Amino acid sequence: MGIIKASRLAFDYLKTDEEGKVESKSRAIDDVDLDVEEGDFVAILGHNGSGKSTLAKHINAILLPSEGTLYVDGKDTRDESKLWEIRQTAGMVFQNPDNQIIGTIVDEDVGFGPENMGVPQQEIWRRVEDSLKKVGMWEYRSHSPNKLSGGQKQRVAIAGVVAMRPKCIVLDEPTAMLDPNGRKEVIRTVRELNRQEHVTVLLITHYMEEVIEADKVIVMDQGKVVMQGTPREVFSHVEELKGYRLDVPQATLVAHELKRAGLPLPDGILSNEELVRELEKI
Amino acid sequence: MLREITIGQYYPADSVIHKLDPRVKLAGTLVFLVSLFAFASVEAYLLATLALAAVIRASKVPLRFMLKGLKAIFILLLFTVAFNLFLTRGTPILHFWIFTVTKEGVKTAVFMAIRLVYLIIGSSVMTLTTTPNNLTDGLEKALSPLRRIRVPVHEIAMIMSIALRFIPILLEETDKIMKAQIARGADFESGNLIRRVRNMIPLLVPLFVSAFRRANDLAMAMEARGYHGGEGRTKMRPLVYARRDKLAYSAMLLYLIAMFFVNRIGFFAGLIQW
Repeated sequence: MGIIKASRLAFDYLKTDEEGKVESKSRAIDDVDLDVEEGDFVAILGHNGSGKSTLAKHINAILLPSEGTLYVDGKDTRDESKLWEIRQTAGMVFQNPDNQIIGTIVDEDVGFGPENMGVPQQEIWRRVEDSLKKVGMWEYRSHSPNKLSGGQKQRVAIAGVVAMRPKCIVLDEPTAMLDPNGRKEVIRTVRELNRQEHVTVLLITHYMEEVIEADKVIVMDQGKVVMQGTPREVFSHVEELKGYRLDVPQATLVAHELKRAGLPLPDGILSNEELVRELEKI
Repeated sequence: MLREITIGQYYPADSVIHKLDPRVKLAGTLVFLVSLFAFASVEAYLLATLALAAVIRASKVPLRFMLKGLKAIFILLLFTVAFNLFLTRGTPILHFWIFTVTKEGVKTAVFMAIRLVYLIIGSSVMTLTTTPNNLTDGLEKALSPLRRIRVPVHEIAMIMSIALRFIPILLEETDKIMKAQIARGADFESGNLIRRVRNMIPLLVPLFVSAFRRANDLAMAMEARGYHGGEGRTKMRPLVYARRDKLAYSAMLLYLIAMFFVNRIGFFAGLIQW
């Protein structure tokens, strides 16, 4: 069994009237099966309202399933006695960098998670140093977060999660509010954590360029998992992806159009370099 | 324009006063303020002036930063002096039109003015040498006995430090919304007071909405990082008294004793003088 295992997971957002009676239900995720192996880099793609963020919040037990089950590292997220263990196992980074930094100084913010866990003081400092160095923000340890750029803030947020020593990090559109440079910084940091520290990463995004290096891509639409596979497999279905209102990487799109025009190119070309290489062969 | 406002006027410097435990500084400020009101005589104020000067000197904060705080209370100071000067009954020394200035009036006015000025400078020394966060930490620890009577001390301190963290963010947001509304033709600068206040509505509504959204996000982020109140929490910077803190407490005690004696002498001297 993988580190994250969902079976027939479903979640309803309830709309209640003033007396607290349920007026209507809307199903945000529907019948989702998911199995993520430890050490994987999994990307979840989906258009707005596809349920990808709702799914992310389940992994950290911020939301609990309406139907089905979700196990994180063998622990049922509905088991309240395991709540803090689950939150420590699966750390979460959110979209807005400003709204998730609690400390008024960078190192203080990174120490927030370990402080909550009751980690002894010396160990907190070791972890703060260690995680800030991993995300390349150690020089900024005594800065105010307000003076950092978006990408830097997001790296501090990642360090804050890393300091809790999670087995898995869920990133809910961490780059949505960043400029292209900040986006690259954050994705590079995440990839390094995955490769060097073997932290399982669940990256939720709608930027296609960010998922090329994932081990596995999951495409969601209207609460359901509609496609699954390696980036190459998923991106070879250009038309299907367009149907889910998703853009494919530019190189993939060009290759796809060229192929339709009659050039003998393989499916699922992901990067510009790859496209150039294939074109040279012809 | 709004970004220039800073709350918590910390002045970074490497001094003994900066290094003191925030609890010591809180206690020190309190002792100083109480001493100003408990001992009112020329001699006592001379001693207080000496003590204050010594602390300011040790803090390495330029005097003009201390005096900045006085601007805010200038009007209050003016009124206090005027009221005390003209409304205190006693031996008249000056009389014009409907105003009478008495000897006692002059005395209380001068004392009141000194008290107010010292009060502001005294607390400025604390806020200038202590980071806001350090201050909240100090308050949390100092007030922790109140937990026994169910005062949520940790929560209050947490609220204070989060508020401090979000002040610049919300100011920036206000600035942004203001510009956006000005671009849409909003007018924040003309009209009488009532109109101006009414014109603030398109600024305040989006600001509130956004503040609540931020609060919601932040609560979620805190929970995701395992925050569950003050129980079972460790601190990365726990407050522990060092030797200099104990020395500072002794200095405070000495100051109080000295004030007490100087004031006694001052009492007799005062009798002869007045």
